[in-house]
Amino acid sequence: MAYLFEMYSLSASYGTNMVLQDVNFRVNENDFIGVIGPNGGGKTTLLRVILGLVKPVSGKMVFNSDLLNGNSIGYLPQISTGDVNYPVTVTDIILSGLMIRKGFISRMSPDDKKKADKVIEELGLSGMSKSILTELSGGQMQRVFLGRAIIGDPRLLLLDEPGNFVDMTFENDFYEKLRDLNKRMAILMVSHDVGTISAHIKSFACVNRSLHYHPSHEITNEDLLAYGCPIQLVTHGDVPHTVLKYHK
Amino acid sequence: METNIFQYSFIIKGLLGAIFASITAGLAGTYVVSKRMVFLSGGITHASFGGIGIGFFIGINPVIGAAVFGILSALGVEYLSVKQKIREDSAIGILWAFGMAIGIIFIYLTPGYTPNLMSYLFGSILTVSRADIIALGIMSAILILYFGIFYRTILYISFDEVFARTYSSYVDVFKYITTSLIALTIVLNIRMAGVVLVISLLTIPPNIAMLFTRVYFKIVIWSILVGFIGTATGYVISYYAGIPVGATIIFTLVILWVIVKGVIQLIWKLTKKNTLITH
Repeated sequence: MAYLFEMYSLSASYGTNMVLQDVNFRVNENDFIGVIGPNGGGKTTLLRVILGLVKPVSGKMVFNSDLLNGNSIGYLPQISTGDVNYPVTVTDIILSGLMIRKGFISRMSPDDKKKADKVIEELGLSGMSKSILTELSGGQMQRVFLGRAIIGDPRLLLLDEPGNFVDMTFENDFYEKLRDLNKRMAILMVSHDVGTISAHIKSFACVNRSLHYHPSHEITNEDLLAYGCPIQLVTHGDVPHTVLKYHK
Repeated sequence: METNIFQYSFIIKGLLGAIFASITAGLAGTYVVSKRMVFLSGGITHASFGGIGIGFFIGINPVIGAAVFGILSALGVEYLSVKQKIREDSAIGILWAFGMAIGIIFIYLTPGYTPNLMSYLFGSILTVSRADIIALGIMSAILILYFGIFYRTILYISFDEVFARTYSSYVDVFKYITTSLIALTIVLNIRMAGVVLVISLLTIPPNIAMLFTRVYFKIVIWSILVGFIGTATGYVISYYAGIPVGATIIFTLVILWVIVKGVIQLIWKLTKKNTLITH
């Protein structure tokens, strides 16, 4: 299977604080990897390194330039940025996902607008295209940001704690949606919600300064103990799940 | 005859002043209000008074001094809050008072009487010169071009700066340019409305516009229209009543806001009743 990018003994730090150390990691086409680990363990930093926002202090990262360059990564940040009262419509927010391909003179073509309409339709946001965020529910807001991440048809989709602001009724829909998207793009999803992601991901990576890749989607108690990842398990209804003991 | 010419130029000056003030204040004001930068803008306005004082003291056009102080204080707040880790609102408060203090000290040190001082504090159309109007006109053109060409870039950076950084390395450049243009807009409008009142010229029109629409582009258009109505009406009233123009414009705008909000609420109540009846 063709790889999208590969990290070789990569380390990253904020000042003197080493956040990632000696990470070897490879992401292939059609991967669906759950990234788990304790808070402050470097999960978000891993995404920021992939996005080029944090420069590694040592080691290197190689992109498969045939499949992936800066233009083809979609990113769903943790919700906290973006003022929900800002006077910008759902359509315009989704269109901002195309900015990476535009210079700073950024006209949107009729084609771009058609793409936005398609994404809005696909994510079940029809009728809300002219709304602003504060008029939407948490789940709808999240789909708007997902729309912004996927409008450019990325080859790699990075999701940072998408469970953070979903209301439960939307959560299953959301993961179903991700499963569909996974047919077109590789997904790397940071989450602390192991119970839910284990039912959807194909493999997982545990990040706690170092990175351990586990090529199966079944997370066992032993795995977690071995990787030293303290996990608080959040889980609920219908989704098949395993309940793990709190450890450490 | 001479009175007629005087009146004619007075009307032209007032009309052009109203048009350019509403264009610049509408564009800058929508940005300021959407991004919740009203306090920062108030700080820039008052800090620029330091430049006015120094301008009087060394005998240059006070607007030039104000422009320098306005831009430096805008960038100074950014520097103090990001690099020196001082809380942003505290940094604004410090520069706000510091600028005023410098202004007062230098005006006190300036020999003789400074006749225009009141016009800088409270605005006066009488002292607005041809050069002031031309400067406002050029500023209108610059802002229209800037926001026209970079509309989405500016909109997206101001909506979600963190996300914008994931796709562009020029976020800070745009932030600094936009903030500097806003500082210049404020300084040029000080001639119309005065240091104390100019912030309302920026904030009231977008707030009236937001009663009609929540789409950024439309807020700009409505703000300019509303701003023009308020400025022109205030101008006429001040002319006939013989009261200061800056205060009259702000008073008119606030009254306009209250009326529009009242009418909208009334309509809303009536239509709600109607729906109850039709159901």
